Amino acid sequence: MLVNVMDEKPKGIVLTEEQKRSRRARSIAIALALGALVILFYIVTLVKGPGVLNRPL
Amino acid sequence: MSLVSESPEFGVHPAHGVAGVRLEPSIASVSDYIALLKPRVMSLVVFTALVGLMTAPGHMHPVIAFTALLCIAVGAGAAGALNMWYDADIDAVMSRTSNRPIPRGRVAPGEALAFGLTLAAFSVAVLGLLVNWLAAALLAFTIFFYVVIYTIWLKRSTPQNIVIGGAAGAFPPMIGWAAATGGLSVEPCLLFLIVFFWTPPHFWALSLNRADDYARAQVPMLPVISGAEETRRQILLYSIVLLPIGAAPWLLGYADAIYGVTALLAGALMVALAWRVRNTREGAGARRAAQQLFGFSIVYLFVLFAVLLVDGLSGGHLSGLVGLA
Repeated sequence: MLVNVMDEKPKGIVLTEEQKRSRRARSIAIALALGALVILFYIVTLVKGPGVLNRPL
Repeated sequence: MSLVSESPEFGVHPAHGVAGVRLEPSIASVSDYIALLKPRVMSLVVFTALVGLMTAPGHMHPVIAFTALLCIAVGAGAAGALNMWYDADIDAVMSRTSNRPIPRGRVAPGEALAFGLTLAAFSVAVLGLLVNWLAAALLAFTIFFYVVIYTIWLKRSTPQNIVIGGAAGAFPPMIGWAAATGGLSVEPCLLFLIVFFWTPPHFWALSLNRADDYARAQVPMLPVISGAEETRRQILLYSIVLLPIGAAPWLLGYADAIYGVTALLAGALMVALAWRVRNTREGAGARRAAQQLFGFSIVYLFVLFAVLLVDGLSGGHLSGLVGLA
């Protein structure tokens, strides 16, 4: 029986469980860092008020 | 240079190909990336920057002060990551540094480069946007100085690498001051000079006991090029010069007498330990003398800056606070 190679899905890269865990941990860390940055900008905007862009050189 | 080093003796990890590109998915943990930032160096940078910020005149909102210190810390970490990127080849052959994330194969050189550049750009931008652009410019220059001037140029080309490159570690108090005031003056320059002249005896005391390591990595540290005798002599010279510089904030009227006495006593002890290093040339005693000087140098800087911090917080009335005036 002939096998049509177009029917076979490419295997690609399969991550091990350790790689998946590491990637998830890194992704969470990046998300937390970006979230903290957003919160920081928000709080500083509240602190500085309307003159947030007025600051000494 | 680590990006194109393929020589096996410089430890290019099998997981990384040419140009530091990872050949398999990463298993690097968050702690590996934190290790890239050199947390112990970061803590010293943050502390000296805090002292510069708190001793500056005027009032700074705590949130803005926290933002400034956070940006300085991240900028220092970025410089550390970029240093580890460039020095991955020599880190691999030195026992002191072979356990770093890149030589261990946990993080690819290219990943460390991207990580460092991203943190550097963000820290400078956020410091400029939320605090002021003078502090941001100083931070950017500090990162540039440490990575380009010291790491890429001086470290591998001259035994004076630590002397000139040490300026990078001396800028943080100035950055803290600039963050608080938007300007610079004599006082932060004195803090700069203290760290600048502290750096050579501190690092040379360490390198005396690691000369073989540096020689193996072909890093021209002073003990490797000029020998232990000359290194011990220069350690003593810099320690003697450091004594009056450490006391300069008091001598020039910027700090209280308690700081002055502390600086003079600590400086004298540092000179005494440097004298012992100078005169103990052989065997385990020589190693111990260098280790003790290295250990005390850390205490010296911490104590001086801690007393300055308390003096600054007390408005220059530390003697009155402790009942001496």
